[in-house]
Amino acid sequence: MPERPTTRPRPTPGNTATPLAQRGPAARPAPPAQHPSSDNRFKLIDRTLKRFQYQQDALIEVLHTAQEAFGFLADDLLLYIARQLKLPPSWVYGVATFYHFFSLKPQGEHSCIVCMGTACYVKQAAEILAALCKAHGIEAGQTTPDRRLSVNTARCLGSCGLAPVLVLDGETVGRATPHSALAQVQTLLATVKTEAAAMPQPITESEL
Amino acid sequence: MTSAELATLAQREREKQQTFRCRLLCCASTPCLSSGGIGVQKELEAGIKEHALDATVAVIATGCMGPCSRGPVVTVQEQGQPDVIYEAVTPELAERILTKHVLQGQPLHAQTLPAEMPFLAKQQKIVLANSGLIDPERIEEYVARAGYQALDKALQEMTPEEVCDTIVRSGLRGRGGAGYPTGLKWNLVRKAVGDKKYVVANGDEGDPGAYMDRALMESDPHRVLEGMAIAGYAVGADQGFVYVRGEYPIAAQRLEKAIRAAERRGLLGSRILDSNFNFRIDVRIGAGAFVCGEETALMQSIMGRRGQPVTRPPYPAQSGLWGKPTLINNVETYGNIAPIVAQGAEWFAAIGTAQSKGTKIFALAGKVANTGLIEVPMGITLREIVFDIGGGIPNGLTFKAAQTGGPSGGCIPATYLDTLMDYESLKTLGSIMGSGGLIVMDDQSCMVDVAKFFMEFCADESCGKCVPCRAGTVQMHRILERVTNGSATLADLETLRDLCALVRDTSLCGLGQSAPNPVLSTLHYFFDEYEAHIQERRCPAGICTFNEVPVWELAERLRQPVAAS
Repeated sequence: MPERPTTRPRPTPGNTATPLAQRGPAARPAPPAQHPSSDNRFKLIDRTLKRFQYQQDALIEVLHTAQEAFGFLADDLLLYIARQLKLPPSWVYGVATFYHFFSLKPQGEHSCIVCMGTACYVKQAAEILAALCKAHGIEAGQTTPDRRLSVNTARCLGSCGLAPVLVLDGETVGRATPHSALAQVQTLLATVKTEAAAMPQPITESEL
Repeated sequence: MTSAELATLAQREREKQQTFRCRLLCCASTPCLSSGGIGVQKELEAGIKEHALDATVAVIATGCMGPCSRGPVVTVQEQGQPDVIYEAVTPELAERILTKHVLQGQPLHAQTLPAEMPFLAKQQKIVLANSGLIDPERIEEYVARAGYQALDKALQEMTPEEVCDTIVRSGLRGRGGAGYPTGLKWNLVRKAVGDKKYVVANGDEGDPGAYMDRALMESDPHRVLEGMAIAGYAVGADQGFVYVRGEYPIAAQRLEKAIRAAERRGLLGSRILDSNFNFRIDVRIGAGAFVCGEETALMQSIMGRRGQPVTRPPYPAQSGLWGKPTLINNVETYGNIAPIVAQGAEWFAAIGTAQSKGTKIFALAGKVANTGLIEVPMGITLREIVFDIGGGIPNGLTFKAAQTGGPSGGCIPATYLDTLMDYESLKTLGSIMGSGGLIVMDDQSCMVDVAKFFMEFCADESCGKCVPCRAGTVQMHRILERVTNGSATLADLETLRDLCALVRDTSLCGLGQSAPNPVLSTLHYFFDEYEAHIQERRCPAGICTFNEVPVWELAERLRQPVAAS
């Protein structure tokens, strides 16, 4: 069967309604080959920028990539994105703070997310959260002072059949109790992330 | 790809499936994966290698099969035999399934779900027909189950007007909550003037306790894409967007993969199925804002802005994405399109009630024995869902209420268990169909606490654009907080009612307009609980602790001599 070539990547339509008009190939300086900080993670951002052809509408996608690469959105990172997309910094900051997904503060080495959806709530997820917060001396949404653990809440992880649900470092754990949750977080804290695993993989030239 | 090539592809895949004596379907959706589904699948694959069964037995990772609380679920599909579903499969059990059932033909009945079990028998699967039976990452399996035939039929035999007319006659209504007739919306966009039009699938399923859209996107992504392509043809759009919630990474990956596969086969992209119709679909990932489930906020988010709703009119059908006419429907609505086009409007209109046609997927959760995803015809009673399909309330407790529609819905008390589940009946009860979350509560749930939970949710998720919602939800939450800590008076309940009416009538978007629903419905059906909290300082469910006193009593106490306290 003849297979057609796909046309990706391709531009997404509709630049007309963007907040700042006036862009074009001539107006845009070439992205730096190497970021001044010589941080290769910026190349990941540049790759997403290129994929969306520096469209201002792609701001949320770029922020997603930045957060994946850096773990959180620092001020200079937001400024970098604002400059690349030719958006006012206030616009980028406004979007980054609007969505719960984007974190402007560094997160802990390990993360524990407690689902607070209705199904988990009626099965006493609040008790689990209270137990975790009490044991580690922090509030929901905070990181321990030694940056080892972040405790967050989620609105619903869509695993209501297993309620109450926790996500420990990206792994979903169902049917939790305050007791089991504390024990699992302790095991999690006992495992030391290696430096290599904590950092994003270095990018090879072929990927770029 | 031409129609003939599509048929050949389907035929070839069906023949390939016939070569396997037995197919082992392992559920690979989020709940089953988190209860150990990967280990089971690996064990089965290793076992097949070990017994040299590669040629006759296949292991397939499928989407959701429904009984999520009983996961990981494995279905054994033998030729000439009814399907056998195993629940709570462990790697050890997987090994035994292979040696006993597959090799010796002796099903292990102790671990199977009986086919006549109401959870399975009472369902009618239209949208989820393929879910749990096909590998969502292989387009061939979807095509083998008559996939993309409806798109082919629409493109070759029907005009856009005829497609819209079919949807109108089918009586399909939006599955996202409000229940607006889908066909009318399609006709509005079709008739709208514009050089460019867009089709958007709303997969931002923010209601806590609802995960139908996630299951559909994860289990059968091509069904959604086909529905969108038919919609694109019907309204004259050439670009589609699927907006997926940020919490659903697997759904986004599978959709991306499905789009690439369909484009490679010429089922999406340019000159689809050798016609003059071009249609592209892009995935947009949300970033955790409940308000983005509202259509105008969702479109703002697709355009990379803060997801704040804008005033309507103009409606998206006139001026949506980048000011162009935009058709926006829920993912589940698109899931209904292909069967309607393939089997006809009359077939679909025969299912359900007079006003609500077809089936609805519910995510059954909370204090009920069988939780999971169910697809039932509209007009089934709540009692059938909770006590037959759901298997009743565990631990010998009694049913107290069912919450539908998430933070926009209400609580249905036990006296209305025989209500028909359709748009109108639920609305009369002060609840809404919503996206389909159905949370069952027993007498250990405090209804005031539940109302407070939803109000906290709405206050937190309010985007802050309009005052009634931004300030009103916070004030309502404070009153509910006072009720649950013992410092409220009966006058507070009057204020609460007034605020509910104010927020409902003056908010900008659906979030604010429906935020008072949980409070209003609990005030209506469970007023005695509010009274018990305030007058008797007693929580009937034993959830709330009363460590505060009303302000006027506080003054009274201060006047008392210190020695007395």
